[in-house]
Amino acid sequence: MTNKEALLKYVLRLGDNALVLAQRLIELVAHGPELEEELANANFALDYLGQARMYYSYAGELEGNGRTEDDFAFLRPEREFCNVQLVELPNGHFGDVIVRSFLFDAFYLLQLESVEQCGDQRLAEIAARAVREIRYHQRYQSQWLIRLGDGTEESHRRIQTSIDDVWRYTGEMFAGDEVDVKFHAHYGGPDLDQLQTKWRAEIEAIVNVATIRLPVDAWMAEGGKKGIHTEHFGSLIAEMQTMQRSYAGLSW
Amino acid sequence: MTGKDWPLYEVFIRTKSGLSHRHAGSVHAADDEMALNHARDVYTRRNEGVSIWVVRSSNIVASDPAETDAFFEPAKDKIYRHPTFYEIPDGVENI
Repeated sequence: MTNKEALLKYVLRLGDNALVLAQRLIELVAHGPELEEELANANFALDYLGQARMYYSYAGELEGNGRTEDDFAFLRPEREFCNVQLVELPNGHFGDVIVRSFLFDAFYLLQLESVEQCGDQRLAEIAARAVREIRYHQRYQSQWLIRLGDGTEESHRRIQTSIDDVWRYTGEMFAGDEVDVKFHAHYGGPDLDQLQTKWRAEIEAIVNVATIRLPVDAWMAEGGKKGIHTEHFGSLIAEMQTMQRSYAGLSW
Repeated sequence: MTGKDWPLYEVFIRTKSGLSHRHAGSVHAADDEMALNHARDVYTRRNEGVSIWVVRSSNIVASDPAETDAFFEPAKDKIYRHPTFYEIPDGVENI
């Protein structure tokens, strides 16, 4: 794998994480518990979608085969998506959604803060734009986590269960492979071990205020980055891609 | 939720060109921080603001519409309270 191939792969992973999480949040549109929460969720979904578009456009240029953002989003099969499994997990209840986003965005924010300083100027610029959006997401999610954890007996119990259930999907974010190593070595991308230490410290600070506890590290699921996904992923992309698959070349 | 609405907050936004915060509308929220988030998400989506104030609607002390006459009517015929009521003497140069 050349350095440029690693960069392309890295950009695609960023794009896939953003797109798949956007798709999950879009599923919740018109299901918000309050008008204001409804808008917040839709805003977040669109933030991720906008980021995915920037990553895919750049990936198309890097690849140089004329693929567009739509080709990456709507015409790749399941095995070519390289998002982490965490973002594809089904929504569950409101607390599940908050916890999934909280754990992922805590990672994504640190990742972006590093990528913002990386040696590839174009990617650094995309990250600089995305980082502000994610900073707000994290503020919002942290507050909800505290509110639910330190809320009623029932909300506390349910949010603790949410974090327990999803914990085994957090390890993959920090499991580096050749792409991560090359992106770190050649472009000054994040060191995943350092990132994990920081991530843990940051989520621990919030989780403590929320009076819940972090689960004990045990077996961690992996595979998303290599295109191996959970059983939930097939139906997600089937729904997402159905228009382009049914009417090839469809445009608005 | 137990079917009860969250408390109402009034939202005031200062725009880029604006000198003061103006009333933009209201949001429901369970606490102050959430009200700020909601105000941001509902009222500044199209780049409207650079600063937000939120305040619990119940904390606003408002004049009573029934007392409008007593409150505001007396000021209507006091034209001498406007500077335009006064003529400037010819000898005054700087005003």
